[in-house]
Amino acid sequence: MNFFKLSFLMLRRDWRAGELNVLVLALVIAVSGMTTVGFFADRVEMALSRESNQLLGADLLVISSHPLGAHYTEQARQFGLAVSAVTKFPSMISNGEANQLVDIRAVADGYPLRGNVYLAGTRASPEYRIASKIPESGTIWVDEKLMIRLSLRKGDMIDIGATQLKVDELVMREPDHSVGFMNMGPRVLINAADLPATGLIQQGSRITYRILVAGEAREIESYRHWAETQLTAAERIEGIRDARPEIKAALERAEKFLSLAALASVVLAAAAIALAVRRFTLRHLDGCAIMRSLGASQGGLSLMYLYYFISLGVIASIIGCVLGFGTQEVLSIWLADLTETPLPWPSIFPAIHGLLVGMVLLLGFALPPILNLRSVPALRVLRRDLGMPNTHSLSGYLLGLAALSSLFIWKAENLQLGLYLVGGFIAAIVIFGTLGWLLVKSLSGLRHQAGGAWRYGLANIQRRTISSIVQAVALGLGLMAVLVLTLIQDDLMEDWQTKLPHDAPNHFLVSIQQDQLQPLEAFFSRYDIDQPSVYPMVRGRLTQINGKDVVAEDYSYDAHAERHIRREFNLSWTAELSEDNQIVQGTWWDNVDSEQAAFSFEEGIARTIGVKLGDELTYDIAGRPFTAKITNLRHVDWDTFSVNFFVLTQPGFLEDYPASYVTSFYVPPIETDMMHELVREFPNILVVDVAVVVIQVQHMIDQVSKAIEFVFLFTLLAGFVVLYAAIASTQDERIYEAAIFRTLGARRDQLTRAWAAEFVILGGLAGLFASAGATVMGYAIGRYVLHLDYTFNPWIWLTGILAGVIGILLAGMMGTRATLSSPPLLTLRKIG
Amino acid sequence: MVNKIVSEPILRTTALTKQVFTGEKQLTILQDIDLHVNAGEAVAVIGASGSGKSTLLGLLAGLDIPTSGKVHLDSVDIFTLDEDERAALRSKILGFVFQSFQLLPALTAIENVMLPLELSAVSNAEQTSQRLLERVGLASRLHHYPKQLSGGEQQRVAIARAFVTEPKLLLADEPTGNLDSATGIQIIELMFELNREHGTTLVLVTHDEALSRRCSRQIRLADGKLVQ
Repeated sequence: MNFFKLSFLMLRRDWRAGELNVLVLALVIAVSGMTTVGFFADRVEMALSRESNQLLGADLLVISSHPLGAHYTEQARQFGLAVSAVTKFPSMISNGEANQLVDIRAVADGYPLRGNVYLAGTRASPEYRIASKIPESGTIWVDEKLMIRLSLRKGDMIDIGATQLKVDELVMREPDHSVGFMNMGPRVLINAADLPATGLIQQGSRITYRILVAGEAREIESYRHWAETQLTAAERIEGIRDARPEIKAALERAEKFLSLAALASVVLAAAAIALAVRRFTLRHLDGCAIMRSLGASQGGLSLMYLYYFISLGVIASIIGCVLGFGTQEVLSIWLADLTETPLPWPSIFPAIHGLLVGMVLLLGFALPPILNLRSVPALRVLRRDLGMPNTHSLSGYLLGLAALSSLFIWKAENLQLGLYLVGGFIAAIVIFGTLGWLLVKSLSGLRHQAGGAWRYGLANIQRRTISSIVQAVALGLGLMAVLVLTLIQDDLMEDWQTKLPHDAPNHFLVSIQQDQLQPLEAFFSRYDIDQPSVYPMVRGRLTQINGKDVVAEDYSYDAHAERHIRREFNLSWTAELSEDNQIVQGTWWDNVDSEQAAFSFEEGIARTIGVKLGDELTYDIAGRPFTAKITNLRHVDWDTFSVNFFVLTQPGFLEDYPASYVTSFYVPPIETDMMHELVREFPNILVVDVAVVVIQVQHMIDQVSKAIEFVFLFTLLAGFVVLYAAIASTQDERIYEAAIFRTLGARRDQLTRAWAAEFVILGGLAGLFASAGATVMGYAIGRYVLHLDYTFNPWIWLTGILAGVIGILLAGMMGTRATLSSPPLLTLRKIG
Repeated sequence: MVNKIVSEPILRTTALTKQVFTGEKQLTILQDIDLHVNAGEAVAVIGASGSGKSTLLGLLAGLDIPTSGKVHLDSVDIFTLDEDERAALRSKILGFVFQSFQLLPALTAIENVMLPLELSAVSNAEQTSQRLLERVGLASRLHHYPKQLSGGEQQRVAIARAFVTEPKLLLADEPTGNLDSATGIQIIELMFELNREHGTTLVLVTHDEALSRRCSRQIRLADGKLVQ
């Protein structure tokens, strides 16, 4: 017998006879749900990172302190990327008697590759204008600060090095307006062609050379990989994530959430497939018995079903992928204004993921019970009560659960998150299962007291104790996934809103001297600004780790780390841990011996420079060594725009060292006079204006929130459809029940009530499980993975149980509606 | 007067016809069946496999819809009623016994028997059902599930369920078809005894000539037509 051919014949017949409807439906919905989320998240993610790249002016920068080799540019062009260049250095410029240190950027054609340069309007049209080209040769574009300090007017000629340039435009903002304590002065833009004439490019000048590249995400990634192999010690690569911790944090959370949403659809899919396979097995008992009686071997039957399910999985998954692609396409047209930039074309990966997930789930959950079919006794052709397999033996689900676990870890793209989820789900299954068994058993007491519909509902649940528990657990897990997403989504939105309120700090003041603290306080009072917290800061170079000298060259494998080692660290001291900091290892000073100086390190920087709890570090602060042990590591929420430090120590140790102060505060955008006054009154204080960045980050978070809400809604919808498929998987038993009830004279409403009772009990159980699970999982994921302040929400219990009851009741009644109207005789004939 | 009431048929069909479409072909399963069954009669419907016996039984009970023709059950033209009204009529006057028992697997023996009483909200359902199960010899099996019972026992439960509502008309479709001959004889004896005790009218579908001779009248079906 050719089992390969036979499997196709069987598949075709089953398909034609509608035997595969439920299974294929479950699989198609699952795969399409997941690929929709996958495709859409992929596109939104690409669009968002492209948008955030506006803050860099490019998708990627190659940065160096010496002129960069032509190979960087050539290779970028070969990858089909857009290329531009910026040469950046500080220099004095003068207008008559007045001099000012400025930050000069000499830009080449194409600048900026992402985002725009906004120019001040003219009297005729006071609106902002977007620059369509770079400054003409012989001209200079200046910012507002410089305009004021040098009392400039358009058309003035100013001296810059050995040449003179004409002031042509007033720049309101440009994309690569960087934030950091390094570059703060007024900024000017000139044409790169004028650079040689200035004569400012000389040995020893503090020049930064940047190559800007932009293009398709994949090419950028390839270019990045290539460029990383080319970098010399003085060169480095920077993408948005390297440059902006606050955006990195927001993006990563959004990505984690989207992958959680995709995982939720995996859980829903698994639940539906497990239930649909059960129906398939029951319906194929007779076929197997007949084939066995006609001489098919057990091995042959196994082989046939293996081929059968592989073909089925491939076909259904492909349909799912195509459907998923179509849905997200409709979705992205509908959400066209979600992002400012048009959504980039998605990658092929979500389709491959979908296909793989479909196959793994189907084979994982289907194979064990299906392969059990081979042991159906041939005698079943004579005695139909023989050979009922145990369709819910735990071992039948082990392969499926293992498959699901590996999918989790893979799709979570984060081992920690994956393990949390797998652990959570396995614990949930065990606990729900045990609890379900106890509950169903204890309901048996009620059965004899209950009347009418409830009796049948209870009877049905009880007779199929194991099967009912499996259904309740599967539906409960699905609902739990949806509830966990609800909880986390709420917390995520709230967290973002509270962290970046409209009055989030948008200015930093750096290099405040001790004797300026009081005048500054008076200045703020004068302008009715709440006194911001002021933080002391001393600068020190890291010289020793555990008594061993630190050499920058030892870090040459990681440009980022090397930079930190070469630079000075900003150290500060505080008694109180601020709200946006969280201890992840060790203990805060409260419980530490305060006789001994101790360091608190930000976890990321500790990882970067390779230090851990208990390490002893020595800093050189103004020529004096300062040594202490690391007693704790902190997680810092960089997206709050508050002042934060990589390294902290307790009060009482650094006060003797030369310190300056930093602060951050909010100024309404219209208060420009106040800022001008501040610059005049405290000329040495560096003012860092991050208003533009804050607004951009707020805008981006708004967009991410919208995308998340949408993807979440879609998951909900997919969840409901999968529930429907799950209910439909028990349809055969219901059709039979319906026929007998009808034959015995039951009215439609009597039957409906009996089923409704069963669905309500099942839904209540599932909802109870889901609420309990979601409370625990929501807490764990929120607290440990997304670093959110989890708020316990008692309503989740009511919501969960109601959602379970209403959802399953609705899906159940919809799924069984057709059953009610089929003529009883037809059914009894078919089955009898 | 009394005679007239007794001879009033409890069941009457007029030109009952059932056709089905299989692909492009129209298949006539029953054609112009005219028959009447008087109260208290025991009528056997006999015929070869595929002669349309079970279809006829289904139509008599209103479980299926004819292509044309009428069925009067207890003087009610049942196809003028909707599905729910037919169900209500069934619960009042009909009892069924099937070849394959058709018990609900989720319910115990006694619960299966109670089901029709509960559907029409009769009180004392439990006592009545228990009495009937005792009568069919299953006193010790009340709380067993169908899968824990033998074929003969399952059919006894089905018979108890059929009689529990005191139906005027009992429809039996090959009641011994799934049983060995010894058990089959016991079941038939039981059915006829109960029929006598309850004064029920019986329509029995069978292909077993010997069994049909135990009925007061035989109706023969061949190719969907009545051959007297």
